[in-house]
Amino acid sequence: METTIKHFISDMVIMLGRSMRHIFRSMDTIITVTLMPIAFMLLFVYVFGGAIQTGTDNYVNYLLPGILLIAIASGISYTAYRLFIDMQRGIFERFHSMPIARSTVLWGHVLTSLLSNAISVIIIILAALVMGFRSSAGVLSWLAVAGILALFTLALTWIAAIAGLSAKSVDGASAFSYPIIFLPFISSAFVPTDSMPSGVRAFAENQPVTSIVEAVRSLLMGQPVSNDIWVALAWCLGILVVAYTFAMLAYKRKIA
Amino acid sequence: MAGNEIAISVQGLKKYYNNIPVLTGVDFQVKTGSIFALLGSNGAGKTTIVKILTTLLKPDSGKAAVNGFDLVAKPENVRQVISLTGQFAAVDEVLTGRENLIMIARLRHLNNPRQVADDLLKRFGLTDAAERRVSGYSGGMRRRLDIAMSLVGKPQLIFLDEPTSGLDPEARIEVWKIVKELADSGTTVFLTTQYLEEAEQLADQIAILHKGRIIAGGTLAELKKLFPPAKVEYVEKQPTLEEIFLAIVGKKEDK
Repeated sequence: METTIKHFISDMVIMLGRSMRHIFRSMDTIITVTLMPIAFMLLFVYVFGGAIQTGTDNYVNYLLPGILLIAIASGISYTAYRLFIDMQRGIFERFHSMPIARSTVLWGHVLTSLLSNAISVIIIILAALVMGFRSSAGVLSWLAVAGILALFTLALTWIAAIAGLSAKSVDGASAFSYPIIFLPFISSAFVPTDSMPSGVRAFAENQPVTSIVEAVRSLLMGQPVSNDIWVALAWCLGILVVAYTFAMLAYKRKIA
Repeated sequence: MAGNEIAISVQGLKKYYNNIPVLTGVDFQVKTGSIFALLGSNGAGKTTIVKILTTLLKPDSGKAAVNGFDLVAKPENVRQVISLTGQFAAVDEVLTGRENLIMIARLRHLNNPRQVADDLLKRFGLTDAAERRVSGYSGGMRRRLDIAMSLVGKPQLIFLDEPTSGLDPEARIEVWKIVKELADSGTTVFLTTQYLEEAEQLADQIAILHKGRIIAGGTLAELKKLFPPAKVEYVEKQPTLEEIFLAIVGKKEDK
């Protein structure tokens, strides 16, 4: 039993190291998951920001949570891509015919998604600090933010797993992420929902991104968190459970 | 060369995909240390058999055992002794050749992954390309690396699913040489092919799979007996284009 656990951990570390290498060797991935969100942030703060009335004196503070969610949504499309390529090229079959802890093949991708998104979130927060982002949040609030973002990443990662495991083409494997990347734009991430026409506003206020953005924003601003945090957690957990179930079905269909 | 022990035994193997029969009762045995060729056209079910024997698919009925271990009951034991080289080179394109080999050696929990990788790179003529990413490799180099990855940890039984499809004649002969060396060193080789010549060149035992069933099997000599005796005819032998190609390329390399 002890060697099984030891092998499980070492196999997992190898799988994680392998796909982290994929990320660091792909300029495309690095640009999309870190530079693009930072470029968005620059654009919104220094070009559009002057015209946007959020009721806060510092637009970077208002904007950051939404930018982080966009970064995570772009990040997971690469998880789907890497999974799809592994399935297609036969590397999955090679691993599965070897005497290794089989589950590490899939979980390695999930762990990579969590770790790589954490790295891009940290880089984007550092860039925001340079642009004037300031937070009065204490350690506990930061931990809560980290927890919500990790849960959001995990939920989206399992959606990515469904796409990666069941897609027929590379384009199909990553296309699912576009609507998710777009969701923050129809939320309170960039502008308060008050200014939206009633139909759009109803959608914006009731879709998952708004509650997550509001919860993270309140935590970072050191404001009391309202109901939003529970709504955000419920959304993340709900998506996680449903996506995980379907991802496992897709996985079992592929693997005997 | 071939002993009398049985490395693979398959009895009444059946497999359906969405109720469409792919294998309709397959039986054969492979002797330890021999080269066994499963010959069949596209869609005959060759890859399905390989997937079942390498624990990637479960059969719907029938019995199959590798080194005495039942495939369904003891897949872990089977995976300990086998290695798969699939139809498409299962190499990591983003990693270098050396990194690919080290990764597999570490997954097999070998003591000295770097040494294992260096030895295999040398043996397969990939030392010069060792630090390059596989995405820049030629088809032949990929296939060599693919086979090298399957040899990490010296498995007793190697499955090669159409190892030479898509390769140029030189690379194909290279793969044939590797397969023969493997068998000489005592490894059991199970290969699938759609080329008659390949089976004829390599295999100790040949089985012909057609529409999900083995329709003929045995040694090459035994298969030849199934047909009318050879007649002696005098035919002027023209060199094949392949022979011409190899002769010209060979000459160039001598210079």
